[in-house]
Parts: sequence; C-alpha cells; structure tokens
Amino acid sequence: MNQLLECIPEGPVEHTTGKINPAKTCQPLGAMYAALGIHGCLPHSHGSQGCCAYHRMHLTRHFRDPVMASSSSFTEGASVFGGAANLKTSIKNVFAIYNPEIMAVHTTCLSETIGDDLPNIIKTAEIPEGKAVIHVNTPSYHGSHITGFSGMCKAMVSYLAQSDSPVKKSQMNVLPGFVNPGDMREIRRIVDALGVKMIMFPDTSGVLDSPLTSRYQMYPDGGTTVAEIRDSGNSEVTLALGAFASHDAADVLQEKCGVTGIPLRLPIGLKGTDDFIMAIKDWFGFEIPASLTLERGQVIDTLIDTHFHYQGKRVAVFGDPDHVIALTEFLLTMGMVPVYVLTGTPGKAFEAEINKMLTDAGITGARVKAEGDLFELQQWIKEAPVDLLIGTSYGKYIARAEDVPFVRFGFPILDRAVHPLMPVVGYRGCLRLIEQISNALLDRRDRDCLDEDFELVL
Amino acid sequence: MDTSSVTPGGEACISERQNSILTAGKSKTAIHCADDSLAGSVSQRACVFCGARVVLNPVTDAVHLVHGPIGCAAYTWDIRGSLSSGSEMYRNSFSTDMKERDVVFGGEKKLAACIDEIVEKYHPPAIFVYATCVTGMIGDDIVAVCKGATRHHNTEVIPVESSGFISGNKVVGYRAAALALMRLITPKDGEQIEKTQKLNFLGEYNLSGEMWLARRYLAEMGIEINVAFTGDSTVAALKQAPGACLNLVQCTGSMHWVAQQLEKEFGTPFMDVNFFGAENTAESLRKIARFYDDPTITARAEALIARETARIRPALERYRQKLTGKRAAIYVGGAYKAVALIRQLRELGIEIVLTGTQTGKTEEYATITSLLDEGAIVVDDTNPAEIERFLIEMKVDVMAGGVKERVLAYKLGVGFVDHNHDRKECLAGFDGAVNFAREVYISTCSPVWKYLRTPAGGA
Repeated sequence: MNQLLECIPEGPVEHTTGKINPAKTCQPLGAMYAALGIHGCLPHSHGSQGCCAYHRMHLTRHFRDPVMASSSSFTEGASVFGGAANLKTSIKNVFAIYNPEIMAVHTTCLSETIGDDLPNIIKTAEIPEGKAVIHVNTPSYHGSHITGFSGMCKAMVSYLAQSDSPVKKSQMNVLPGFVNPGDMREIRRIVDALGVKMIMFPDTSGVLDSPLTSRYQMYPDGGTTVAEIRDSGNSEVTLALGAFASHDAADVLQEKCGVTGIPLRLPIGLKGTDDFIMAIKDWFGFEIPASLTLERGQVIDTLIDTHFHYQGKRVAVFGDPDHVIALTEFLLTMGMVPVYVLTGTPGKAFEAEINKMLTDAGITGARVKAEGDLFELQQWIKEAPVDLLIGTSYGKYIARAEDVPFVRFGFPILDRAVHPLMPVVGYRGCLRLIEQISNALLDRRDRDCLDEDFELVL
Repeated sequence: MDTSSVTPGGEACISERQNSILTAGKSKTAIHCADDSLAGSVSQRACVFCGARVVLNPVTDAVHLVHGPIGCAAYTWDIRGSLSSGSEMYRNSFSTDMKERDVVFGGEKKLAACIDEIVEKYHPPAIFVYATCVTGMIGDDIVAVCKGATRHHNTEVIPVESSGFISGNKVVGYRAAALALMRLITPKDGEQIEKTQKLNFLGEYNLSGEMWLARRYLAEMGIEINVAFTGDSTVAALKQAPGACLNLVQCTGSMHWVAQQLEKEFGTPFMDVNFFGAENTAESLRKIARFYDDPTITARAEALIARETARIRPALERYRQKLTGKRAAIYVGGAYKAVALIRQLRELGIEIVLTGTQTGKTEEYATITSLLDEGAIVVDDTNPAEIERFLIEMKVDVMAGGVKERVLAYKLGVGFVDHNHDRKECLAGFDGAVNFAREVYISTCSPVWKYLRTPAGGA
C-alpha cells in the first residue's frame, strides 16, 4: 500500500480547524525575501533565533544561495521585559560588525505578542550617519509570507520614497512581486527592449542568483539601491504586479508622492505579458520593438503547435495568490480546465477573481479556495481526479499518492534546481510553461502507454 | 556604489566572541561556549522548538501537532531525512494555524478542537503537541489541554514544552523532547515490561536508513534492536523501551539525559557508540560485544569487522590517494558528530584545520582540541563572517556541515559534504564510510572547480 495515502482517511471526512499540510508560510519570510532585494541590505528578524534560522534555511533551500539575516536573539529575559534593548543593541552591533547600507527589520509573533513599539525603538536607536533602518510589523498569526512581502515593500516606500524633483521624471517604477530573480531579470529585459527607464524594487537578481567567483560578498552586487528607492517618488508611474504582493505599496507611493499606480496581474502567460507591455506602451507611447513582437508570435506559434497535448485536460493549481491568478488565466488560454484552484493565503478577492475567470471561460463546478491547505486539495483530487497538478514542491506528496503528473511552479521549490534562474514571466516564460506542462503530460503517456501505442513522433 | 563584502579580517569578528574561538595547541584557556548568541548577530543557531522537533519527529505513526502560527509547522515539515519502514504519518504537517483572535483570546480551545479532529480522522496511537513562542507567551496551558484530551479520547496526547524563546540553544529543546519521550515510555500503573536481551539505540534517527544498517550488523552478531530513539520508531515500540538490557547512545547531545533517566528508572546501563567511520564502527561493535560477554557474539563481531574492513579497504584506498593532503573544515550541530568527522576525514588522509559546533559543551571541546593538530582552529556558535574568514585563511578544500554552510562554502570555491539531517546518503557503518569518502571526493575534486581558475572564470 502507498503509505502516503494515509493522509486522507477512508470515508467522508470534514476538515474544520487548523491546517493539515499548509499551502503558505508566515509573514517574516516574505519580509526577509523582499529586504534581500535592496542593495546592501541586512534583513533583521526581531524575535528569537529560530525564526531567523528557519527563514534563511527555507530561502536557501529554494534559491541555493547564501541568505544573510541577523536576529535580535530573544531569550526569556527579553520576552518578559520587552525587546527594546535587544533591538537597540542589534542595530548598534549590525552596523558595527556587518556594516550594511540599510537594515530592514521585521517582527515575529513573539515580539508582536510582547507588543514592542518598533517605530519608537528605531527612532531612539543609534543609527550611523548615512545609514537607514526601516521596519514592518509581520505577526505570523496574520496573513502569509505574501502579506509579509507586501508589507516590506510598503515599508520601503513609506520610509524611503521621496518626491523631491520639481517635475516627475520620465521613468517608471515596477513592483515585481514575490517572484524569482530570473523573473526580475526577464522583466528588466522586456522593459529595456521598450526603452523605458525603470526602478524595480525589490530586485533580488544579482543577490540570490549570483555567480560563483570564489569570493564571498555579504552584500552581492544586485539589489535596488536605497538611492533608487528614494527616487521612485519622482517617477511618473508605478506598475504594481500582483494584487497581493504589490498593490499596497503602489497605493502608498501614490498617496505619499503622487506617483500614479497601475494595478496589474503578474506578467505570467500571454495575456498577462500583453497587459504589462501595453500598460508601458500606453503610458509612454513607444512603439513595441520588433524583437518583442517576434517573441509573442513564437508563443502563439508554439501554443498552436502543441495545443493537442494539453487542451481539455483537467488541472489542479495551488500556490501563492498572484502566481495562481496569473497562471489560471494562462491555463485558460491554453484550453485547459482548472478544476481546483487553491491558495494558502487568506483573501476573498482571490476566490472572486478566479471564479470570474472560470465563469467567463464557461467552466462550472470548479472548486476555488483561499486560505486552504493541501489536505483539502488532496481530498478533492481523490474524489474526482485531475490530469495534471501544478504547484510548489509540497505537491509532490499528492502527485505520488494520487499518481498525477506534476509541474513545479512558484515558491518554494525545494527538490529541484535552476528554477530561480529561469523566468516564468514574459513571453519566454510562456514558452517555458508550455514546455513543462506538455512534457509532464507526454512523459506520463510514454510511461503508461502499451508497447503498441508507444510512438516516436508525438 | 562600492559594496564589497564585510572585511573578512578581524574587524568582521565580534570582539566579544574572541573567547569562543581558540587555536589547538596554543590557547591554554577553555573555550567559552553555550552562551546565548549576541543580539544582532548572524548566528547559525536555531531554537528550542527546532531541537524538540528534530528529536521527536521520526516517531512515524504519531501525529505531530504544532500549536502556533503557521510558520513553525511549515518550516519543519518533512525537512529531515528520517526514513520509515511503515507509517508515513509523521511526514504530514499539522498546525493549529493560530490567528490574531487566538492570540488575544487564547488558543486552548482551538488546540482542543484540532486534537478532536485529528483523533476522529486518524486515530493515531499518540499525538505530540508542540508549544511555540506565542503559545508560551500568552500562557496557553497545553499540559492541561493534553491531559484533558488524553482522558477524553483514551489516546496519548503528549505536551512538548518547546517555546522557542526559552533559549537559542537547541539542547534545551532536546530536553523538552526527552521529557515527552519519558512521559510516553514510563509504564502506567500496574504495567510490567519484561527485560529482554535486546538493546535500545538512542540518538539514532535513521537518516538515509542508517539505523537499518546498524540493525543488520547487530543481527549478524546475534543482537536485536528493541527500538531506536527515534528513527523508524512507533509509539508501541517506544513503550517497550524499558525492556532493553542496554542503551546505546549515538547523538549524545540529544540523548544522554534520556539514557541517564532510563538507567535511573529501569536500571538499564548505557554506553556511547559511534557508527560514523570504519574505525568508530568497529570500535563500537566490539564495545557492544564486550557488554554481552558472550564468546559467540564476540567471534561474530570480529568476523564481521574483518570481512567488512577488508571489503571496503580498496575503495577507501582509492579515495585516500585522491584526497591525501587536502584540508577540511567541520561545522556541525553537536560535538559527537564533530569528533566522528575528525576521525573519518583523517582516515582519508585529510588534515582538519577548523572545527566548530553549535551546541558543544566545554568538556567536549577539550576532546575536540586534543584530537586536532597544532594550529587548527576551534569555534563555538560561529557566524558566516567567521566561517568565510577561516575558510580563506586556512585554505580549506572541503567543508562538512549543514544546509546554511553548503551554499557559503560553494560560493567560496570550497567543496562540501552534508553531514546534517539533510543528508541523502547513508554515512554510517562500513558502507557509510565509503559513501562518505565518495561524497568528499566528488565535491573536493569536482571537474568544475578547474574552470574557476581559468581567465574566463570569475576568480
């Protein structure tokens, strides 16, 4: 017997409380990831050491690169008397020893429960001239890692962005969301092709996909500089990619510095990429370069060349909300049938958006859930199977137990490599997704078919 | 903007840490260890919860329920390679997923509801309920909830008092886990567990099937393992623990205390063993044979050792030829592992120039220092800046450590071998000695390294 099947007991079961096999993790991890996208930044975890170690380890397992962060190293004393002294000492030690440009503090459930007043502690701390300390409150018992990422982006804006130029500069901000460094590079490549000056923050390219040089840099060459984030207040427009990870920061930037915020989905899939490029074209009025038109044409050509491999297949998708929303759109473009769509992050807006897409596509009877867990997803798949599962590494238990082809997508991917460098955004990302999805289905066909049905040409 | 790394020289090191670093053969004073980490340091250390979870999670048929916000359960979900021959229940992740209202109004009700649901769904023989920072902070009485649930459901619901903030030292978490284990295995009133000729194997987590390998050796000698703590164990098997006539202790950090308790409560003697490296394995098997004081067992042990040693010698010799003269660094959690690694790397002709642990004790550091050549460096609870500095200064070719050190070593152009709970290769016993040598070899002598030193490389 496949022992992994034990997870779903026999007979009807109802799952009403707690989480079994979560599809999210806690806020501080997202805040730490966002902070790593600032050049010369040391993320700081205000809590006990375990949290910091866990977040670093989790990020390291996904990116296979060193992740540096300091911790307030709470012990019982700090927990009883408050963590103000620990944070002040930390700030002093961090600048004295690790000498970052900026320190990005996030809280933990422990310091939140104690009720440490971070703005005041930071205000009265000794911060060396020319250095910055920003903070975000990230209680782990609220939201998810995506909420924490969004919060840290907001903190960058509210602490750093300045509108100090007499007129807005002909430049654009991009908030890329919780995507891989490879995606951020691809966004930059597209924007460069369009000839627009861009400030993208956070930007973990060059930080978490850095080359092996035999030289260790605590602060790698990549990341958005503090000066650039300051200057984002002088931009004409902000493209905020993803409602859950980026829209809040764009709103604050609009409010604080009068930079027009344009809310978009992540540029994953054909329509998502089209919308991203058209938003830039519409604002700045450039012609779309032939190179991008060519790439788009290649995507459509490939979609037609391969559509019979996947069209009409039932697919289950889970992961972070912005990723899943954008991918669901592309799956519909591909003619696939998303029957189960789930995110671990709370938010009714997720369900509304997915349901609308599915309704518009004429798909009925799908199950859509925010703040769900993988127990539920597996239960659904057991009740009515799917042809393909798409999601993070945690989907591999379901894929094995239920014998479903599986495509890894999103965060975290802990059991495969190279993915942080390979974009899923843009037209190139479309090609990669088409390849992964087709191959998963075709590999399964080659594995399962009878000898007489085994074919060279597919 | 110029942002070269923090100067890897002395400035990068926190001056208060000088007592936590010493040089073998030169320093007269004992190393300063088991201190709490400094506020603001980039420590490699974890927390109490982490320590408790590592020790208990391999109990395969128990449900492991983390009472706290989602992160604590998410980060510890099946990250250790403890294998099971039966139930896979322990590889699922259960969390009470505390929310704001639970923090404000207390999480006891939700915990009780989660336990009810789990019992109804899975009827597990035991549920371990782990406390986390928040539940400790708001004062949830998990002991009372577990007591109530145990009575109500007639199944063992065992609290693990592992609030993260109690200490930054995993060892404190080991104790919390040990207390939970003792609670599980102490016979209830009137229960009688008969003594047998079997032994328990404490501090063996069956990573990559290492316990199974030891079991094979012992079976060949005519000795049966009663239960391992806790690799591939079940709740029912653990309850038979008092029936053993001997306790072997491998991971001393996590299990010495348990061994002492078992001796006090059930009169079972214990001995330290170490199955890492061929020499250590042979020595341990002989020690075990001596305990049984049976000529047949001794003869079988000697035959096994002779056969296996001869079998692996050619392979080890091949690797030794490639590796002689290379320089190694060790940074691991506990001291027992460091000692084992020092001996194993030596067997391969490698010089150990740096050794450190997260949780070593003073007397353990004395052992480590005595094993090392003059000039080798010993550190307690180090940080990336120090690791970087020493790897470069000491011209290290290969490092043995855990996940956080792996990527750091690679970036510096240093080979790496995983000797942590993440390892995927069986590194114990005679076969493990060969696997270990191969792992050291493929990383130290990867053909990729030579491209680093060409003009096209970055170095």
